[in-house]
Amino acid sequence: MKETKIKTRDLSLYYGTKIALNSISMDIPEKQVTALIGPSGCGKSTYLRTLNRMNDLIPGVKITGEVLVDNFNIYDKNVDSVNLRKKVGMVFQKSNPFAKSIFENVAYGPRINGINDKKKLTEIVERSLQRAAIWEEVKDRIHDSALGLSGGQQQRLCIARTLAVDPEIILMDEPASALDPISTSKIEELIYALKENYTIIIVTHNMQQAARVSDNTAFFYIGELIEFGKTKKIFTVPEKKQTEDYITGRFG
Amino acid sequence: MNSEETGQPLEGDTQPKVHTEEPSRKPIEQFVFSNESLKKQRRPSEFFAEKIISGVAFFSIAIIILIFLFVFRETLPIFTGKAETKTEISSAKQETYGTEAAAGEQNENNQEVYGGSTSSTSPDKQEVYGATTDTVVAAAESGGSAIPAYKENESSNANRVTLKGLAGKTWMPVSENPRYGLLPLIIGTFKITIISILFAAPLAILAALFSAAFSPRWMREIIKPAIEILAGFPSVVIGFFALIVLATFFQHLFGYETRLNAFVGGIAMALAAIPIIFTVTEDVMTAVPSTYKEASLALGASKWQTAFFVTLPAAAPGIFAAVLLGIGRIFGETMIVLMATGNAALISMNPFDSVRTLSATIGAEMAEVVFGDTHYNVLFLIGTLLFIFTFALNATAEFYVKGRLMTRLQGKT
Repeated sequence: MKETKIKTRDLSLYYGTKIALNSISMDIPEKQVTALIGPSGCGKSTYLRTLNRMNDLIPGVKITGEVLVDNFNIYDKNVDSVNLRKKVGMVFQKSNPFAKSIFENVAYGPRINGINDKKKLTEIVERSLQRAAIWEEVKDRIHDSALGLSGGQQQRLCIARTLAVDPEIILMDEPASALDPISTSKIEELIYALKENYTIIIVTHNMQQAARVSDNTAFFYIGELIEFGKTKKIFTVPEKKQTEDYITGRFG
Repeated sequence: MNSEETGQPLEGDTQPKVHTEEPSRKPIEQFVFSNESLKKQRRPSEFFAEKIISGVAFFSIAIIILIFLFVFRETLPIFTGKAETKTEISSAKQETYGTEAAAGEQNENNQEVYGGSTSSTSPDKQEVYGATTDTVVAAAESGGSAIPAYKENESSNANRVTLKGLAGKTWMPVSENPRYGLLPLIIGTFKITIISILFAAPLAILAALFSAAFSPRWMREIIKPAIEILAGFPSVVIGFFALIVLATFFQHLFGYETRLNAFVGGIAMALAAIPIIFTVTEDVMTAVPSTYKEASLALGASKWQTAFFVTLPAAAPGIFAAVLLGIGRIFGETMIVLMATGNAALISMNPFDSVRTLSATIGAEMAEVVFGDTHYNVLFLIGTLLFIFTFALNATAEFYVKGRLMTRLQGKT
C-alpha cells in the first residue's frame, strides 16, 4: 500500500442531535482511487464532505474526532477552510457549470486565486481541459456557454474546473449517476487516468463502477464503517456478512 | 316487508333493489370501453365555477383597460380641440388656487418662480399662440379679472394646447394665459427618479446580498419580513417624515437654500423603493441554485468571492428587473413627492432645487380643476403618460428580464 494521504480518527458527525457518522477511522492511501459504497443515507456522502469541510455550510452540524490530511488536522481552529478547499477539490453529483463560457468556467478557480494574466489563464484552461479529456470536443467553442454542453461533457468540464485549481485530492460525489453509459465510461477512464497524479475518493451507488475504477473500497452502513480494504478483496472475499449481502444485492 | 309499510308496492319495491345493485355493477362498467362509458358527461357545477372564475379574470383585465381608455379619452379634447369650460367654476378655481399658493412653506420660493417665469416667457407665449393673436391681446387688455379671459376661451379655444405648447418650458396652468409645458414636470420626474434610484438601488441590492448570502438564518428571518413590512408603509407617513425630519436634517447638513427640494424628495422616495427592490432582489438571489455556490466554494472561493462572482452575476437580470420595478414605484408615487419636493415646476439640473413631478401635479391640481377644461384634459394626458411609462417598465421587468433569468438559471441558451 502506498503512503497514507488522509487519516480519519474517530470521526463522528451530528446533525443536531442525530448522529450521521459514528466514530469512523480509516486511512486513505495516496494516488489511488478509494470508493465509498453503501445504501442511501448511510453517511458516505457526509463522510466525503467532511474531507473538505463542506459540511461547515450546513447549520447545526457538529463534528468530533480528527481528519488528518498529510498528518495535519484540518479541523484545527487555525485551518482556513477556504484554503483547504483549494487542496481538496470536489465534483458533485449534478454537473453544475456556471452560466458562463467554457473558458470562464475553468478560469474561475485560477482567477479567484489571483491569476489574471490572460496568457497564463489560457494555458491553465487548456491544460485542465486536456487532463479532463474534453479539450478535443470543446476547443473550437471554448467561448460558448458551458450550458450548451451535454450532461457528460458538463461533468467533465466540472472536473476540468476542479483540476484548474491544482488540488491534491479530488472528491467525487456520484459523478456519473446522472449520465448515460457512454459518458459514464468516459468519466471512469478519466478517473483511472487521474489517479496518476491525484488522490481520488469517489462515492458511488454503482457496484460495478466501484469494482472497475477503485483500488480500495469502504462499505458504510447507517453511519458506520463496516469494512474497508482492497477492492479486489471486498468484492471477492468480504470479511463481514453485511458487506457480502450488500454487494451481492441481498439488501440495500 | 318494505312494500307493505310504505303502501306503494311496486315503485317502492323496485327502487331499493336498483340502489343496492348499482354500486356493485358500476366499478366493472368503468373498466369496459363502450359508447356508454366513454360518453361525454356533463359536470354543471364545474362548468359554472370555471365560467365564473374566467369571467372574474376577464372582468379585472377589462377594468384595467377601461381605466386606461377613460384616462385617454379625457385627454382627447387636447388633440381635437373641443374644450367645454364652465365660467362660474373657473372663477372658483382661481380662488382656491390663490389660497393654496398663500399656504405652504415653500410659497415664497414658488411665487418667485411663477413671477420669474411669467416675465421671462411672455414673448415665447406670443410665438406659440401667434395664430390667435387677437384673443391673446383681448385677454391682455382685460387685465386682472380672470372671467373675461375664460369667456374668450369658451368662444374660440384661446387656451387650446398645441403639441408645441405641451413641449414648452413653462407649466402655468392657472394664469390668464395658461401654459401647459410638460417639460419641467418630465425633467422633475426624471430628476427625482434618478436621485432616488441612486440611493435606493445600491442600498437595497447590498442589503439583499447580505440577507441572501451572508446572514445567518435567524437574522434573515428577521430582516426580510421587517423590510417587507416597510413596503406596505403608507406613503403619506414617509412623506410626512421627509417633510418634517429629513428636510430640516439635510438643510442643516448641506446648508442649501430651499428646504424642500428634489434631493429630500429623492431620499424619501428611496425609502419607499428600497423594500420593493430588496424583496425582488433577495428572492432572485435565493433562487440561484445552491449548486452554483457549492461549486464555487469547493474551488476554494471565499464567501465574498462566491457572492460577488457567482451569486450576483447569476441574479443580474432579476436585479435589473427589481430596479425597474423600483423605478416604476418612484415614477407613480404621488404623496411623498407632493409633500417633500417643494412642487415648483422648474427646469434646473441642481438637485437642491425644488421640483414638481408628473404625479404630484395630478395630485395637487386635479381637485381644483374645472371639469372638461383644457387644464383638466392636460392632467389626464399626464395620467396617460404615467400609465404608459409604468406599464412599459413593468412589462419589461416581467416578460423580458424574467425570461432571460429563467434561461440563464435553467441552462436554455
